[in-house]
Amino acid sequence: MTVTMLRRLTGDEKHAPSAHSTVDVLRVLYERVLRVSPETADAPDRDRFLLSKGHGPAAYYAVLADRGFFPDEWLDTMGRWHSRLGTHPDRVLIPGVEVGTGSLGHGLGLAVGTALGLRAQGFAEARTFVLLGDAELDEGSNHEAIAYAAAIRLPLTAIVIDNRSATHGWPGGIPARFPGWSVALVDGHDHDQIERALSVRREQPHLVVAAVEAKWS
Amino acid sequence: MRETFVATTTALLDEDPRTALVLADISADVFAPALRRHPDRALNVGIREQLMVGVGGGLALTGMRPYLHSYAPFLIDRAYEQIKLDLGHQDTGAVLVSIGGSYDAAAAGYTHQSPGDVALLDTLDGWTVQVPGHRDEVPAMLRTAARHDDRVYIRLGLQENARAHADAGRLRVLRRGGPLVLAVGPMLDQVLAATRDLDVTVAYTNTPRPLDVEGLRLLAGAEVILVEPYLAGTSARLVSEALSGIPHRALHLGVGRAEIRDYGTWADHARAHGLDAAGLRTSITAFLG
Repeated sequence: MTVTMLRRLTGDEKHAPSAHSTVDVLRVLYERVLRVSPETADAPDRDRFLLSKGHGPAAYYAVLADRGFFPDEWLDTMGRWHSRLGTHPDRVLIPGVEVGTGSLGHGLGLAVGTALGLRAQGFAEARTFVLLGDAELDEGSNHEAIAYAAAIRLPLTAIVIDNRSATHGWPGGIPARFPGWSVALVDGHDHDQIERALSVRREQPHLVVAAVEAKWS
Repeated sequence: MRETFVATTTALLDEDPRTALVLADISADVFAPALRRHPDRALNVGIREQLMVGVGGGLALTGMRPYLHSYAPFLIDRAYEQIKLDLGHQDTGAVLVSIGGSYDAAAAGYTHQSPGDVALLDTLDGWTVQVPGHRDEVPAMLRTAARHDDRVYIRLGLQENARAHADAGRLRVLRRGGPLVLAVGPMLDQVLAATRDLDVTVAYTNTPRPLDVEGLRLLAGAEVILVEPYLAGTSARLVSEALSGIPHRALHLGVGRAEIRDYGTWADHARAHGLDAAGLRTSITAFLG
């Protein structure tokens, strides 16, 4: 169903690899993990999912439409005048979208603040997830968030879609950039593996690296 | 002013569970009791200003009211894109409280100075900017900001006027006479001294954004002089819009654009920028002719 919806979204082919690489993780999140629905989209103690890599949101839109956050018809007009769906998502315009993103390096910092805010208000059940791209980790702002979350043992889950798109790559791979985090490596298309990695509750920041096809292969 | 800010914000954290404080090491020592008492919402993220604003944005998204604090060049200049996107674009707010605006950190050099902070915020929508001229003006600003979710910047300085003045967002007339001289925050006493024997109207505001354009239109005649403690001309666009259609001449005094590669004190820099009483008098009398 979601794949059909994905095909309806046109006009952003440049970001197609980026969008399609996320579809399985997003489906698992919304179908099996997140405690959020259109009815609870504004509940203070809902789980939060922040799409940090706001470019290529076609898969995100398709999954949200599939889950009923907004009508399917919206998918046909992405990026057009009066459409709610831009080539980067806007939380003000789209029900269910937690953050407006597009410029890289903002989602993880916002996720840290979100997790802190939920904890300060005593929403012990509420979890915070944030999805990043591997190249996005080049942004220095992410390193500020990674180090701080580790230092205060903040329970949030970062998912990095690894399609080897970072220009220079990193020695040691992606987990080496997350010292102090627990790490799970999964096949980015295997729903059961993804679900297992995302379902574990931990008392420290958790990284899930979802490997998919290389962007440039 | 900084001590007043610390005392009031510490009290706010004690009184209002919605408030949060995010620091990036600056002033962490004086906020130690608050950090200790409220570990869940009084946070020091270390020397990470981008993260400080991102964390503030995330806290606001969950319904909390974050106060963020650092030196103006780090809080505003360095984290500008986070301020633009993690607050404004998300349609959330925070209370940013700076020290070290303009040349307060004179001896520290240009790395620790920000004359352009208010001009930077002027590129963004919806910011209230408050520039107290006296420490006693600070508590009300902080407490009012706790009761809503808008975007507020409070710019604390070393320079102070002899007395506090409440302005409630309206221009406050302190002397009636000829052409209007509008003093922002700590510029007031120098303006009063510079114009003591001149036939001018002197008005004061500690809330330059939103600028009271209605008051400005009422008070300004054919001539208006603005004296601001940050980059000269920061308010030129607003004055021009307020007086659009009214024939007028305007003089904008403030911090010069050129970096002054010298140290000393804030008073030395004020003199160098022509913002002491003598310098202001020279500029104002030359303009009025």
